[in-house]
Amino acid sequence: MNRKIKAIVKKTAGILFCSFVYLFLFLPIIVIVTGSFNATTTKPYITWKGFTFDWYIKLFDNTALLSSFGATITIALISTLLSTAIGTVAAVGMYKYKFRGKGLIDGLLYIPVVIPEIVLGISLLTLFSNTHIPRDMLTLILSHTTFAIPYVIFNVRARLSGYDNSIEEASMDLGANRLLTLKNITLPVLAPGIAGGALLAFTLSIDDVIVSYFTNGQVKTFPLKVMESIKSGVAPDVNALSTLILAGTVILVVFTQSDILKKIKRRK
Amino acid sequence: MNVEEDKKVIVEIKGVNKIYGSNHVVKDLDLTVYEGEFLTLLGSSGCGKTTTLRMVAGFEEPSSGIIRVEGEDIQNKEPFERDVNTVFQSYALFPHMTIYDNVAYGLKMKKVKKAKIKEKVMNMLELVQLGGFERRYPSQLSGGQKQRVAIARALINQPKVLLLDEPLGALDLKLRKQMQLELKRLQRKLNITFIYVTHDQEEALTMSDRICIMNEGVLQQVGTPVDIYESPQTKFVATFIGETNLFEGSVLEKQGDKMRIVVEPGDFKVRGGGFNHGDMVAVSVRPERMLYSESPVEGFGLMGIVKEQVYVGSVLKTIVVLSNGNEIKIERLAGQELPTGGQVYLYWNDGDAKLIHTFDNVFAQAVENIVMK
Ligand SMILES: Nc1ncnc2c1ncn2[C@@H]1O[C@H](COP(=O)(O)OP(=O)(O)OP(=O)(O)O)[C@@H](O)[C@H]1O
Ligand SMILES: [Mg+2]
Repeated sequence: MNRKIKAIVKKTAGILFCSFVYLFLFLPIIVIVTGSFNATTTKPYITWKGFTFDWYIKLFDNTALLSSFGATITIALISTLLSTAIGTVAAVGMYKYKFRGKGLIDGLLYIPVVIPEIVLGISLLTLFSNTHIPRDMLTLILSHTTFAIPYVIFNVRARLSGYDNSIEEASMDLGANRLLTLKNITLPVLAPGIAGGALLAFTLSIDDVIVSYFTNGQVKTFPLKVMESIKSGVAPDVNALSTLILAGTVILVVFTQSDILKKIKRRK
Repeated sequence: MNVEEDKKVIVEIKGVNKIYGSNHVVKDLDLTVYEGEFLTLLGSSGCGKTTTLRMVAGFEEPSSGIIRVEGEDIQNKEPFERDVNTVFQSYALFPHMTIYDNVAYGLKMKKVKKAKIKEKVMNMLELVQLGGFERRYPSQLSGGQKQRVAIARALINQPKVLLLDEPLGALDLKLRKQMQLELKRLQRKLNITFIYVTHDQEEALTMSDRICIMNEGVLQQVGTPVDIYESPQTKFVATFIGETNLFEGSVLEKQGDKMRIVVEPGDFKVRGGGFNHGDMVAVSVRPERMLYSESPVEGFGLMGIVKEQVYVGSVLKTIVVLSNGNEIKIERLAGQELPTGGQVYLYWNDGDAKLIHTFDNVFAQAVENIVMK
């Protein structure tokens, strides 16, 4: 009898605890989503005044906010492309070839990852101003590429740890030249690692604030724009855009989880 | 039958050396492979077998020497330009491709028509008894099945030479025996030259037309399994293939082809040509050819004490210790046992002792070292 009660208590405590954790995690998201549909027009936009799509309509009139979002996406795409290409080549090269100072280079990779972002931001700022590179899209892309490269390398390297070099030799043995081998064998086998690295690079770039703050010049990225506007409370059109991004992310995650992951699992 | 006369040379390895840094892995290798034969490279781990294969396949470049395939020097050919295919020890199947695509890969690279590829792949899978597996991925196969895919993938290109690097190394004993037979069957059926690497001497003896024995990068002997077993030409070969008893000594007297040889624990008379008075010699007698008697035998001065006798099925294994502590292994069909600790005289029939020159190995090296300095 006693044990039964104990079990019930344990169970309810567990449920309660989990509920609180999830509530804590998802409450802000709920607030943003509901806020984007809230018809109130008075600051601080909290009291519920009924359902509306007005903020979404307004969002598409807010060219500054939209263009900042455009800039963020552009920077994210280009820096992802660059860091993925560089990181993949670096990871494969460091895996395949033995050279002097390899251990040192390996260790140095962790530094950009562990140093506070603010240090990275300041050092990039110093670098750009000392070399007289005007701060704009280019410097943003370069900075984002810089901090994303190690993450791509780590991801690709994780995939490489189970990689058998002899499959490339087998491919060449069967008549494929080096380029075909790269295309048919190396890249497809490493694809999950490369994709993971790219996704990480993209996410890191999209929501980066600190490094961007030091290297942006006149360009406003979406996070910087949002930071700026919250000085006067979060405007519901920011909520609307955030909700759209959220929806996009969820769709992306659901897609990758269901399709790509299944494929990878089957190959394992 | 004289192989060298009626067969066409397909691979010729001439004076090939391979040096990694300070590690001289393959030393002055000369080897000729004939069309359609099953040649095995046999040797202990690290003796340079894989390196030799990789030089033929084109993954390593010889430090010096020439490799010819069908009379053509292939030094400047990339692996993908060579008419040889490899079966890797680790299978090296493409994990992201189905069995069908794995096997079809070589033909696709040659731009063979799709319909033709399909027909060939299906036939090949049938041949290696993997019909119905074409849509599976390598991870969904057992070790033996993966092995067969690897073989099919290489064979479908109908290479002039197939290189196999310990292809059965990862399989359990039963599967290995079965695959040995299958491989031999395939090789006969397709009439493709096989260069096969193994360190399993039994495998080499059962499968090969000829065996090439290597030790520390040096070719020791090439010959048919019978040759290698019955007439080892170096001490290494005698001890590496099967069990043997080795007596080392020198020629004390010589009359025609009759010689008296002294060894540490005694002396004996043998017949054999090519030796001079005072030559260093090693005499190899297989356990199943070694005989013993309780009374002295004319011409033999080898006496020992019976240390141990063990029945292994129908065979009686006896170990006799000589006066210098060396143990002699004797095998014979089960019969009357000898008392342990009893004294016996060892002998053998004429022709059962193989004589091996040992001068050139250790002694020549010592002389050379002195002369060089
Ligand atoms: N890339 C390399 N760099 C340096 N040394 C190497 C390299 N590849 C092989 N070796 C050395 O060459 C020697 C012969 O190696 P190899 O792989 O040919 O041996 P093996 O006869 O195939 O042995 P196993 O039966 O163990 O496979 C070894 O001592 C090995 O350490
Ligand atoms: Mg090997």
